[in-house]
Amino acid sequence: MLVYMVRRLLWLPVLLLLVGLITFALGLYGPGDPVQVMLGPRANPEAVARVRHELGLDRPFFVQYADYIWKALRGDLGESLKYRGQPVGRLIASRLWVSVQLNAVALALGVALGIPLGMIAALRRNTWLDYLTISGVVAGISLPTFVIAPIIMWFLAFRFRLLPTGGWDGIFSQRIIMPVIVLSTGSIAVFARQTRANVLEVMGQDYVRTAWAKGLRERMVIFRHVLRNALIPIFTILGLMMGSLVTGTFVTETIFGIPGLGRLGVESFFSRDYPVIIALTLLVASSYTLANLLVDVGYWFLDPRIRYE
Amino acid sequence: MEKARVRRILVEQARAARRPGWLEFWRRFRRNKMAVVGLFIAGLMFFTGIFAPWLAPYSYRETDLDAVEQMPSWKHPLGTDELGRDQLSRLIWGARTAVIIAPAATLVGLILGLLMGALAGYLGGRVDALIMRLADLLFAFPGLLFALLVAATIQPRVEAWLRAIKGLEGFVKAGYAQVLVVIIALSAVGWPGMARLVRGQILLLKEEQFVEAAVAIGASPWRIIRRHLLPNALAPIVVAVSMGMGGAILAEATLSFFGIGIRPPTPSWGSMIYDNYSFWRHPAAPVLLWVPGLVVASLVFAFNFIGDGLNEALRPGS
Repeated sequence: MLVYMVRRLLWLPVLLLLVGLITFALGLYGPGDPVQVMLGPRANPEAVARVRHELGLDRPFFVQYADYIWKALRGDLGESLKYRGQPVGRLIASRLWVSVQLNAVALALGVALGIPLGMIAALRRNTWLDYLTISGVVAGISLPTFVIAPIIMWFLAFRFRLLPTGGWDGIFSQRIIMPVIVLSTGSIAVFARQTRANVLEVMGQDYVRTAWAKGLRERMVIFRHVLRNALIPIFTILGLMMGSLVTGTFVTETIFGIPGLGRLGVESFFSRDYPVIIALTLLVASSYTLANLLVDVGYWFLDPRIRYE
Repeated sequence: MEKARVRRILVEQARAARRPGWLEFWRRFRRNKMAVVGLFIAGLMFFTGIFAPWLAPYSYRETDLDAVEQMPSWKHPLGTDELGRDQLSRLIWGARTAVIIAPAATLVGLILGLLMGALAGYLGGRVDALIMRLADLLFAFPGLLFALLVAATIQPRVEAWLRAIKGLEGFVKAGYAQVLVVIIALSAVGWPGMARLVRGQILLLKEEQFVEAAVAIGASPWRIIRRHLLPNALAPIVVAVSMGMGGAILAEATLSFFGIGIRPPTPSWGSMIYDNYSFWRHPAAPVLLWVPGLVVASLVFAFNFIGDGLNEALRPGS
């Protein structure tokens, strides 16, 4: 196990180096010039050249990349091109906290509603309750954020004027209600679907039949034997969802004007703010990889049948 | 009583064995009512996409500045957008864009994924490690940001490249360069998932006893592939392709929502959402904004259920 973990951890820096390289290349060869965006379309060419030189953007590709890595290793991720003078590290840290809070609430809601829903659907298989849950689940997965969001906004913020249209005021403010509804629709559906499938699978296992045959009471069989085993794979999803912290909130944060990582990603993409884009990509890649590693370690603890070489 | 039941089951089994494969498949698929509904919705999309020029009452790019942002009327059943273009016509033409992009992106992703996954699964060792690390790498990227970056980076190159080819200049003008860009970006993001799936299937099946048994009785490799590997690996792959179609429609809409991808005047459901987004509190928002969004959602819904139905119909021994 330890060897396996160390090998996985050693792969991480290589992965980050490659992810950074690809993003760097896309940035350099991509369209749009950050300096041009910064100075506006009517800036004179000399000024553009001077700023480019100051920022070191006129050096060869690999020199720039090596320089970036060298600085990043010492904790210097550079400065944002859009928010002049703001260190990328601090910019991301301030946005990260907002996204973490928002996602934590949405995930908690997803777990709290999705898992019981999936359980009930599985235990009442092929009843109207089950069909209703399945249809709701598929609808929840199919409805894109940019479809639910305007519909909810139209009703809650425009037609009935119950809530403000957006913004961020911490998790105890009513501003969080709409983005959480939008974000948790998907996660409730995903958790419910997975729980239902797992419970059904475990119910068909030999040890569950044995438990019934022993004459255990229904509650004991369900909670002791079925649920404990059915919930293990949920960890995988939880891990994957934590990894997609940024991507999952791209659209939601943009629509509701929440100053989190997702919106930062979109903003930096449109202003060609490459220092921020690269740092964000690296953050996502490392959190995704670490979350997956944690999931595997979690499996190892939870399920004694699993052994890694 | 019991005898009659057994007899009925045996007769049914004998009939099933004699029916041609596709008919048996259709009987199994039909059992899932939602899958049939999904098939109908998807069929409607293909029909609308293919016959768009004959179905659309107006041109998708014809603007009428005297009739902007109108509520539905007899003249414009779904109203008009901010430039006075007929929404219904744009919706119908949007189906054509979807009918081109979704199958193409899924197909390219499928071919790449099959190739890479099969290589990794069959050859194992270094090749396997290399391909799977590459897939890991692409998985670690934030998917949407990567697709946006790829699309934005290759857009001018693809356009320049198409313009350079004689006879294809019209393509760029007609907006097909953007379609090509979206297809490339989506398949770049989509193939690793397919490769992992195919590799997993091959590794799994290689160990199966029926494959071992087939080798032991001297079956030819071709027979093993045709009779044992393909039918068993087919179900998850076909299901993934079906879900992938829905995913591609959604992804195109998401790219277009950010203004990358398909841009006006080329009609696409995603760009309709993008165009009308700032009118979310307009009285006509439910038709201007929700209708294209719900069309996208219902197709994702449809392909999901088709996937479920295929899964049940194709899994051997279910």
